[in-house]
Amino acid sequence: MKIMTCPINGPRPITEFAYGGEVRPMPDPNTVDDATWAAYIYNRNSIPGIKQEWWCHVPSNTWFIAERNTLTDEILRTYLYAEAQEGVA
Amino acid sequence: MPLNLLKFALSKAHPEPAMFTPRDRLKPSYDAVIIGAGGHGLAAAYYLARDYGMTNVAVLEKGYLGGGNTGRNTTIIRSNYLTPEGVKFYDESVRLWQDLSQEFDLNLFYSNRGHFTLAHTDASLRTMRWRAEVNKHFGIASELVGPEEIQKACPQMDVSCGGKAPVLGALYHAPGSIARHDAVAWGYGRGADQRGVEIHQQTEVFGIQTKAGKVTGVQTSKGEIATEKVLCAVAGSTPRLLHGLGLRSPLYIHPLQAMVSEPMKPWLDPIIVSGSLHVYVSQTARGELVMGASLDPYELHSTRSTLDFVEGLCAHMLELFPFLSHVKIVRQWAGMADMTPDFAPIMGKTEIEGFYLDAGWGTWGFKATPICGKTMAYTLVHDRNHDLIQDFSLDRFKTFALVGEKGAASVGH
Ligand SMILES: Cc1cc2nc3c(=O)[nH]c(=O)nc-3n(C[C@H](O)[C@H](O)[C@H](O)COP(=O)(O)OP(=O)(O)OC[C@H]3O[C@@H](n4cnc5c(N)ncnc54)[C@H](O)[C@@H]3O)c2cc1C
Repeated sequence: MKIMTCPINGPRPITEFAYGGEVRPMPDPNTVDDATWAAYIYNRNSIPGIKQEWWCHVPSNTWFIAERNTLTDEILRTYLYAEAQEGVA
Repeated sequence: MPLNLLKFALSKAHPEPAMFTPRDRLKPSYDAVIIGAGGHGLAAAYYLARDYGMTNVAVLEKGYLGGGNTGRNTTIIRSNYLTPEGVKFYDESVRLWQDLSQEFDLNLFYSNRGHFTLAHTDASLRTMRWRAEVNKHFGIASELVGPEEIQKACPQMDVSCGGKAPVLGALYHAPGSIARHDAVAWGYGRGADQRGVEIHQQTEVFGIQTKAGKVTGVQTSKGEIATEKVLCAVAGSTPRLLHGLGLRSPLYIHPLQAMVSEPMKPWLDPIIVSGSLHVYVSQTARGELVMGASLDPYELHSTRSTLDFVEGLCAHMLELFPFLSHVKIVRQWAGMADMTPDFAPIMGKTEIEGFYLDAGWGTWGFKATPICGKTMAYTLVHDRNHDLIQDFSLDRFKTFALVGEKGAASVGH
């Protein structure tokens, strides 16, 4: 069984987690043009590599970020969104 | 007798002709290059050569012929989709399938079984009724049936599902069939090969060269070749090739897994699908049960298999068929499914002149192999999208003109 580490609850079986897609900046819906908005809604970066993704530990409803290699399925790091913001600051 | 048989096998008196001409070096240029020797790429090559006499064509395959999703799918062929665009397209494909064994002089084990999509809730029963009406409108055999009819066609099924999620009815589609997937690739490949198309296995395409928005050639692991037309039919690897061209798409790649049981006496004639239980199953001519479930829940560019998958699918299989509890699973595998948000493919011309796409076939593209080959060959020769694929272009995601095909397999709805 594959294990993922929830930043709050520690290591748990992967079946307890839901995948929420890649972390992507959203353009401002009030000012953006239609083409950019359509590209934001539909297009995805489906090139294999290390990505930042949203994941949720379902039983505790904890949303957090995982860094995962989408070619090898290796989970490199998991952390809460707030920590990511601190890292940037 | 066994000794005679051995002698026969070793003698050179009746040589089995090679299926394909072995290819060594690439020519410096071709009229067209097809990337990917899956069913789709090979079918396009076949129709280019047969219907348009275009034979200066190379099919480039990074692995072996038919080794992608073509050789990994659960081979269900049907046309009872939900949207008019989808129904017309798949119906034409089912028609083509019926004559292929004759045409190739190769047994595809095309076997017409009938296809039940089970409904365990009122909501799915309603969708089934809707699908049946759309189908009938286009003259496709498709009807809603009750549990008695299902039980009659498949007496071994526990329609009460152990009392948990009883089967309320099903969408029955008489033309539903299965076929031997490898043979489809071989048949199209041999047909193309015999007409002069070159199939190069172990030849990977790294990138497509362009100049002023037009295709000029491809870079491969065996050197560069010049061409003005490229058909990209690489399923789960499509985003990587698009990336090199600066094209963006909504494709997302998740593995889809499948497994087979040990062989048994024939007992299951129809194909049984349950969207709610995430089960689809049929019995092959060899007696194995071929089983699939839903798409893996997250992005992955690999064909690894998981134990979770086998456990989950077996649990649901036993809800429908409790008597199978002692049967063993002997093999499991996965393919990389190229999914689109509206469960319809991405086909036809692109903003790069001479670059044609046949992708986004996700979990449902095996049945479409013949019609994809036909329509893509037409599109490539005329540089104009074939009528049947007008609604499937990559541009639809710019104009919010999605197809909304909820009749696709392996997706929750
Ligand atoms: C488990 C599973 C079950 C399925 N069940 C069904 C079903 O029941 N019914 C149905 O209709 N569909 C089903 N499908 C979907 C179906 O298998 C596919 O949509 C279809 O086979 C796609 O065919 P293709 O020729 O486009 O792709 P593929 O067969 O995947 O061929 C693409 C080829 O391109 C090659 N390639 C990739 N990149 C490169 C490169 N850079 N250079 C050269 N070559 C390259 C690959 O090696 C591969 O051989 C299923 C899929 C899976 C994975």
